Amino acid sequence: MSDIQNLQSYDPFADLGDSKDTGDQQGYIHIRIQQRNGRKTLTTIQGLPSNFDKKRMLKIFKKDFACNGTLVEDEELGSVIQLQGDQRVKVLTLLTTEGGIDKKQVKIHGF
Amino acid sequence: MSAEIEEKLQSMDLQEEDPSLMFDLSMKKKKKKSKKTEEEPVEEAQESQDAAPADAAEEDPMAMFGEKKKKKKKVKVEDDAAVEGGEEAAADGESFDFGDMKKKKKKSKKVDFSAFEDGQDQEGEDGARDPDDPFAADDDEGARSSSKGADSEEGWIGSNRDYTYTELLSRVFKILRQNNPELAGEKKRYTIVPPSVMRDGNKKTVFANVADICKRMHRQPEHVIQFLFAELGTSGSIDGSQRLVIKGRFQQKQIEAVLRRYIVEYVTCKTCKSPDTILTKENRLFFLQCEACGSTRSVSAIKSGFQAQTGKRAAQRVKAAA
Repeated sequence: MSDIQNLQSYDPFADLGDSKDTGDQQGYIHIRIQQRNGRKTLTTIQGLPSNFDKKRMLKIFKKDFACNGTLVEDEELGSVIQLQGDQRVKVLTLLTTEGGIDKKQVKIHGF
Repeated sequence: MSAEIEEKLQSMDLQEEDPSLMFDLSMKKKKKKSKKTEEEPVEEAQESQDAAPADAAEEDPMAMFGEKKKKKKKVKVEDDAAVEGGEEAAADGESFDFGDMKKKKKKSKKVDFSAFEDGQDQEGEDGARDPDDPFAADDDEGARSSSKGADSEEGWIGSNRDYTYTELLSRVFKILRQNNPELAGEKKRYTIVPPSVMRDGNKKTVFANVADICKRMHRQPEHVIQFLFAELGTSGSIDGSQRLVIKGRFQQKQIEAVLRRYIVEYVTCKTCKSPDTILTKENRLFFLQCEACGSTRSVSAIKSGFQAQTGKRAAQRVKAAA
């Protein structure tokens, strides 16, 4: 009985406040695209697991995709990798083949 | 080395003079011809008895392809027929106006924008078929191919080759559909008008029929627009005549792909695949309730995520200061 009461004391639907930074959207890796001027685009990779060395990943990305990129630190979303050009599919394949990340963990956004 | 080559050449010469081999060559030619012209094989099979099995085997894959195509087309024709009859099996008044939809399609000859009840797994098939699928052109083509397919379908009747499984299967379906069209097991397709997207100047895109599409999906335009902006990573506004102006250049198919994802995520019921759902908000959480099966599920709120800086930094600073 006491167990049940314990359960009741926890309201699963209670307002948790701003859920923006809780768990970083259920641990998804988001790959997004942004348009720049002209026909140029920018790919951002957000939500990479913390045990990944982003600096090294960036290096590999840059080398493999022949593009430039940077590591941006966002106060809310952690470190985000930015790459030049539309590298979404390439990033996904590299993450799944080399990084051992399940495809379901990755969300590709954009058109 | 050269002697060897010469020897080979000689042997080849000999082979060509060999009458039996000559015959073989001609046979091959015949087969090729038969492959190209699909109507012939039955006759040819009859006249050259010994070649028949091989012929049939070679023809089979072709037939299979033809049938597959045909099946798809048939479905479409079927759909249209249903539309013309005005007898869409769905009794719910909220189902989308197919007749209207078709008219629009014919008029604009634009891409058929349809969302699938089965989000992901059907999306692949969809990609193969879509998006450059002018519907109007397809109609008469489908009719033609199905009439042509009819004689190739029962091709085994005239010849002495055996029927194949696929042939029999398509025959069963054909008869079934002929006799009772409503029983054909065709799922009701959930369709939406294609988004009409045009360029506004050099850097902006106008999405004219947002309001219409939102109405068809029973969603608030704000929600749809929020999703669009989050996915496309831009911003925009609604102009005087309820059109959405999006910053950046986007093509129709790009917008369509995003809308498709929206439908999979926020419109279709995951349990019964019905598009007949309502979206409600209960203390900061969005819930999707299905009108058909009554199931409820929570859907994630739209988040735009990280936005990289693309504009000029100076402009950004001015904005921040103001």
